[in-house]
Amino acid sequence: MVDKITIENLSVQYADGTESLRDISLGIAEKAISVLFGPAGGGKSTLLRCLNRLNDLTEVKAAAGQILIDGQNILDPQVDVIALRRKVGMVFARPVVLPLSIRGNLTYGLELAGEKRRTKLDEAVERSLKLAAIWDEVKDRLDDPAIALSGGQQQRICLARVLALQPEIILLDEPTSGLDPISTGKVEAALQELKKEYTIILVPHSVQQAGRTADYAAFFLQGELVEYGEGKTLFTAPKEKQTEDYITGRFG
Amino acid sequence: MKRVLPNRHLTERIGFTAITLMAILTVLPIVAVVIYILFQGLPAISLGFLAGFPHDGMRAGGILPAIIGTIYLTIGTAIFSVPLGIAAAIYLSEYASDTPLTRTIRIAIINLAGIPSVVYGLFGLGLFVIFLNFGTSILAASLTLSIMTLPVIISTAEESLRSVPQAFRTVSISLGATRWQTIRRIVLKEALPGILTGVILGLERAAGETAPILFTGAAFFLPRLPQSPFDATMALPYHLFVISTQVPEMPIQIQYGTALVLLVFVLTMNLIATVIRSRARAKRQW
Repeated sequence: MVDKITIENLSVQYADGTESLRDISLGIAEKAISVLFGPAGGGKSTLLRCLNRLNDLTEVKAAAGQILIDGQNILDPQVDVIALRRKVGMVFARPVVLPLSIRGNLTYGLELAGEKRRTKLDEAVERSLKLAAIWDEVKDRLDDPAIALSGGQQQRICLARVLALQPEIILLDEPTSGLDPISTGKVEAALQELKKEYTIILVPHSVQQAGRTADYAAFFLQGELVEYGEGKTLFTAPKEKQTEDYITGRFG
Repeated sequence: MKRVLPNRHLTERIGFTAITLMAILTVLPIVAVVIYILFQGLPAISLGFLAGFPHDGMRAGGILPAIIGTIYLTIGTAIFSVPLGIAAAIYLSEYASDTPLTRTIRIAIINLAGIPSVVYGLFGLGLFVIFLNFGTSILAASLTLSIMTLPVIISTAEESLRSVPQAFRTVSISLGATRWQTIRRIVLKEALPGILTGVILGLERAAGETAPILFTGAAFFLPRLPQSPFDATMALPYHLFVISTQVPEMPIQIQYGTALVLLVFVLTMNLIATVIRSRARAKRQW
């Protein structure tokens, strides 16, 4: 396995000094689904938001350590965060479509990146909607407002919107927490296809989803990485007592 | 215990009746003013009144210079106050963090809104007319009205910018947008109806004010249209003041006719603001 991302001794603090992540070291495999799971408040979302520097918007500071993507430390202040965010796309827990048409949502990032050619944009729209498994449902109404779609459809639009930028890494923060089982299944199926081309990091909304989707899994508890390993091994024979207790539902 | 129930019903009915009466009472004066001015002023309205120049010491003829003057002043006020007000609102809502400086700015804006309009007039006289040597002119009056209008525009614009969901900003940034791109493409677009409403309400107040233009740009009598921003101008509110108090043997019809024109001008702006707001509300889906 090749590591796309290497996290080395990362510690993160909030502005008031409370620790969110403590001394995390972790390698994220390329072209696979890595799952970060554990009870709420464990620092999973914070870690995810370090990877595209979205924490820059808030009062969260990476206190120590580094994150290497393709060998480059992205926490370096010199890093071009705009380029980073195009390379590392993110899907949020609540589907947030921008107040634009379906097409407008898909082309938003590309237009900001300077793409003006209509054919390129149309190609990207079709390709990414197909990848997100929603093309058939929306192909006849691309100019309708995206907000008119159902929650499950909106979340796949959000996924397609990220894919339109042809990122290398996709971060998903509990992307199915508000979705019904059928929509959840569609998203998970899409992820299984996508992992052939993309490095995917998923914070699942349940242990069951973690077990279903994980090629690799990392268990986080109160800011610490308790255990990390291949999904099959970790969910069937966890090494740590805490991991086992959480997976079997003894707490959480 | 059984006697309690009818009593409660009675109390409730009296309460509701009282509240309904009060609601009607508050609307009554406004409706009365509009109807009264309409009936008194309508006979004066004619093409000659709207498109003609005053003569016979303003006791006859039309009020065209005052109408045009008020339009000029409103446009002049918009030119200065709208870009500045919106820019300030964007700064306060999107960029400013909570520092002593921004707190001072906010306090200043709130206090600016509370200053009596005649004080603005005197300030405009000192700064624009005399110190900057603009003279009694449309320019000086517009600038004075702009300062008076700014707090209204800033606070309504800031409020509508803040009402745009934070998630839109986060998503936009995560897709590789800069802060400014996010503001321009998403936030401003969504806040625009609210901002426009504030702008129109602010300008409407400016159009109807007398005191701020009294010393800065209003002419008592000027039987021609202003030719440049450095000319003084007649204006509807000041003209109304003049013909109501300063000119003896003034036909009452002309007074009410002028009041009616001013009222229609201001109410039309109000109506436009209401239409923009309700259409945006119907369209909004978040």
